[in-house]
Amino acid sequence: MPKISYIEAVTSAIREEMARDENVFVLGEDVGKRGGVFRATNGLYEQFGEERVIDTPLAESAIAGVGIGAAMYGMRPIAEIQFADFIMPAVNQIISEAAKIRYRSNNDWQCPLTIRAPYGGGIHGALYHSQSIEAIFANVPGLKIVMPSTPYDVKGLLKSAIRSNDPVLFFEHKRAYRLIKGEVPDDEYTLPLGKADVKREGEDITVITYGMCVHFAMQAAENLAKEGYDAHILDLRTVYPLDKEAIVEAAKKTGKVLLITEDNKEGSIISEVAAIIAENCLFDLDAPIKRLAGPDVPAMPYAPTMEKYFMVNPDKVEAAMKELADF
Amino acid sequence: MATEITMPQLGESVTEGTITKWLVKPGDKVNKYDPLAEVMTDKVNAEIPSSFSGTIKELIAQEDQTLGVGEVICTLVTEAEGQAAPTAGTTEPEKAEPAAEAPLHASTSQDESENKRRYSPAVMRLAQENNIDLEQVQGSGRGGRITRKDLLAVIASGHLLEQKEATSTLAPAAAEVQRQTAAVKTVSVPSGKVEEIPVSGVRRAIANNMVKSKQEAPHAWMMIEVDVTELVRYRNKIKEQFSKKEGIKLTFLPFFVKAVVDALKEYPEINSMWAGEKIIRHRDIHISLAVATETELYVPVIKHADEKSIKGLAKEMDSLVQKVRTKSLKQEDMTGGTFTVNNTGSFGSIQSQPIINQPQAAILSVEAIVKRPVVLENDAIAVRHMVNLCMSLDHRVLDGLICGKFLGHIKNTLENIREENTPIY
Repeated sequence: MPKISYIEAVTSAIREEMARDENVFVLGEDVGKRGGVFRATNGLYEQFGEERVIDTPLAESAIAGVGIGAAMYGMRPIAEIQFADFIMPAVNQIISEAAKIRYRSNNDWQCPLTIRAPYGGGIHGALYHSQSIEAIFANVPGLKIVMPSTPYDVKGLLKSAIRSNDPVLFFEHKRAYRLIKGEVPDDEYTLPLGKADVKREGEDITVITYGMCVHFAMQAAENLAKEGYDAHILDLRTVYPLDKEAIVEAAKKTGKVLLITEDNKEGSIISEVAAIIAENCLFDLDAPIKRLAGPDVPAMPYAPTMEKYFMVNPDKVEAAMKELADF
Repeated sequence: MATEITMPQLGESVTEGTITKWLVKPGDKVNKYDPLAEVMTDKVNAEIPSSFSGTIKELIAQEDQTLGVGEVICTLVTEAEGQAAPTAGTTEPEKAEPAAEAPLHASTSQDESENKRRYSPAVMRLAQENNIDLEQVQGSGRGGRITRKDLLAVIASGHLLEQKEATSTLAPAAAEVQRQTAAVKTVSVPSGKVEEIPVSGVRRAIANNMVKSKQEAPHAWMMIEVDVTELVRYRNKIKEQFSKKEGIKLTFLPFFVKAVVDALKEYPEINSMWAGEKIIRHRDIHISLAVATETELYVPVIKHADEKSIKGLAKEMDSLVQKVRTKSLKQEDMTGGTFTVNNTGSFGSIQSQPIINQPQAAILSVEAIVKRPVVLENDAIAVRHMVNLCMSLDHRVLDGLICGKFLGHIKNTLENIREENTPIY
């Protein structure tokens, strides 16, 4: 199997879906000739032409709105928000329109829209280029939020998102784009939305996380394995709605649960995960549910020292895992 | 000492770079911000500037090699390092080490067992499901906390349960009894209106003793019926006079106790107890007497019952009953019994299976005296005063034959009570 990068998995999923279904098209800022600021749509303009790879004005509300309209007319748009931080002007379109169309129209209309956006910190991007914004959308029924960690998951899940008949927010960790590489089969495959994935089997502690933090946890788990600690790692992959069954099963496996997100702690995705565990696993818990997350400060700082303080990293993950294992 | 120069972050989302050309070689002197190497990334081609002034020591990365952000590309000796005495660098870690270790020791030595009894829900559930006594489990968690994994290991080994059976035979079942009586507490109560009565000390003691006896001693049971028509006649004849003279009522019980004491003298095997490796036979005959109040049961002891007349027994019994009623029994009034007599007949029972008063070997209950038609030896049918005597015996100590003889002796004594052979005084 060839090894490709996280961002190559994005590009190849879009390319294959565009080739497979002529209703699939891309729109966003600089996605055309430029191929995207991160090069996620690199080569698509040349391959599919300007009518299927559309550069838009700097107006996120319009990107989402056009996408919603096209989707309702039977197209399968893939809208790119250049940075997840920029999605705010489009929130009304996404929450008030995209999420509710099927419900509001009594199932007469649907909105097969995929909105891609790079998120996440640790890249010295400061407040407008580092945020995790998934929690804003994570109590809006009608939406699905996918946040994959590996190239394999990226490709399989992005294809499923494009084929989904309902709106999907597909958040890609920008630091993972070129840092994370992994094997991806040449053959066609998709992965189910709404399903978490066990990334590592273990007996001592359970780590439940998503995105870049999966890699931190995997790295920490390998170090701790040398000290005799055996970690079980569940990658949520879809953070809304959550795979409750998998969460409960993973929590019960060891009774010691560490939840990680690089988002601000309070009201984050893992807060909901903690609630699910508390509701379902009381008699299997062997330790208080532990959360590792960013501090509750308004934005990612710019100063490198401050950014480092804010960000979850492998050392912090390892320390938290060890503390829980020793409890 | 050398300082490490690492691959810098050359743009947002850039995580690695490829060294295309080294611009310096080992031994070169460089100033701060001088270019060290040319590097190519996904986004830009750039030069890596030196962060320090100094002398290049070693080039670690090769040309055309791709390195992640933060990986070391070369080392250099800075001007400061070159001038400063090496001692400054070497003493530092020595100082740092104990400082770093100290809090570690402090935290681990901090009260090893402070969390020994902090049970998590998972631990509680596993202990209950597998009947594990957590007091016996060694905790591997922080502060000696018993972890879920500790219990899983215990369950997997099957070791603890065996260990427990072993200890329960050694230590005379105290732990076992506690577990049993405690288990009653966790019985699920049917919903509806209930009243919860706290278990008092006496009630708790009764419960513990009964459970212990039933569990430890294999109970066997016998009953005989005795014709006490003559006894009834005799007692009815003298009771008024006795009451006037002695100030207490003359009941049937002293006669029964007297008959039991006589039989115990004849069959001292009954007057004994099980003591694990041996059987202890008592020379003294101290009769425990079960005395009930509305809510509780006491077993005061008539010491040296064999040295007492019927009147003596009656007086002693009366005194003990008074003590029970006034709650003035002392500890010494209740210890030392070698055989128990239980007057179940006083509340109308005609048959019972008493639980042995441990560590005694047997107990006898005297049932109610009732009038019944009985076939006599000459085949005539007559109305007679009949009583059942029921006996439970610890089958470890006693067998049926000896007990049958013992009961037979009592029967014989009672049926032959006459004024002339049974003095009251």
